[in-house]
Amino acid sequence: MKRLRSIGAFWYDFVVGDDWRVAVVVVAALALTALLVHAAGVNAWWLVPACVFAALGWSLHRATSRAAARS
Amino acid sequence: MNALPLILTVFVACAVEAIEALTIVLAAGLTREWRSTFQGMALALVVLAVIVAALGPTITLLPLTALRLVVGALLAIFGLQWLRKAILRATGYKSLHDEASAFLREVTAAKAAAPSSRGRVHDWYAFTLSFKGVLLEGLEVVFIVITFGANQRDVGAAVIGAAAAIVVVTVTGIAVRAPLAKVPENAMKFAVGIMLTSFGIFWGAEGAGVSWPGNDAALLVLVPVVAVVALGYTVLLRGRPGSSPAAAAATEKAVSS
Repeated sequence: MKRLRSIGAFWYDFVVGDDWRVAVVVVAALALTALLVHAAGVNAWWLVPACVFAALGWSLHRATSRAAARS
Repeated sequence: MNALPLILTVFVACAVEAIEALTIVLAAGLTREWRSTFQGMALALVVLAVIVAALGPTITLLPLTALRLVVGALLAIFGLQWLRKAILRATGYKSLHDEASAFLREVTAAKAAAPSSRGRVHDWYAFTLSFKGVLLEGLEVVFIVITFGANQRDVGAAVIGAAAAIVVVTVTGIAVRAPLAKVPENAMKFAVGIMLTSFGIFWGAEGAGVSWPGNDAALLVLVPVVAVVALGYTVLLRGRPGSSPAAAAATEKAVSS
C-alpha cells in the first residue's frame, strides 16, 4: 500500500507538478472546447490558448504573491 | 509536418536532462567507482529503451483523435510546468539550477556513504546513484519522445533527436571531465517549455475537434505567441518585489507548495 502510494505520488508530481490548478484549467478548457465544437458547432480554436495563458499567469501570480509577501 | 521541429525539440529537451544525469554519473564515477557507475547507467538506459520500444508502437495504434486529445492535454500540463519553473527562475523567484553545486552535493554524499557490494555490483552506492539519476532524468525524455513521436507518427525521428543529445552531452562530459555548469540550462528549459506547451495546445484542441485556421501552419503562429506571452510574464515579474536571487532561496518552499 505504501509502495503504491509512493508510485502514485511520483507520477502525480511527474505530470501535474507544483500547481494542480493548471492541470484542472487545461482539462476543463479541452472539455469545454469539445462541447462547443460538437454540441454548439462553434470552432472554438481560441479557447484552449486563452485558458492556457490565463492559467500560466494565475499560477505565476499565486507563486510570486506568496513569495513577495514572505520577503 | 516536417520532422525537423520534432527532432530539435526532443534534442534540446533531452540535452537538458542528459546534462543533469551527467552531473550525477560524474559524481558517482569520480568519487566512488566507474565500473559500478557504468553498470547502473547501462541498466537505466536499457529500462528506458524497453519503455520506448514497448509504449512507442503500442500508443501509435490508438485512434489519432483520442491520442491527440490525451497527449495534447498531458503535453500542455507538462510544458506549463517547465515554463512556470523557467519563468520563476529567470525572474529570481526560484533559485537557478546550478550543476556545479549539485555536483558538490552529490560528491559529499558519495564520499560519506559506506562501501558495500551485492552480486556482480562492486559498489552498490555508485550503482544505485547512477541508475536512479539516469532513470529519473530519462523518464522525462521518454515521455517527450513517446508523445511527440506518436502524435507525428514518427517515433524514430524522436529517438534520433534524443540519441543525438545523449551522444553530444556524453562526449562533451568525457572531454571536460566536469559537470556542464556553463550551459544555459534555464534558457533551454524555457525554450522546451514553449515548444511543449505550443504542441500541447495544438494537438489537444485538434483532439477536441477544433480545425485550426491554416491547419498545421497555425503552429508557426502559435509557437511565437506562446513565447511572447511567456517573455511578457517574465518582464512583468522582474519588476515586482521578491524577484531577487537572495529572496529565491527563502521563498523556494512557498513557490513550490
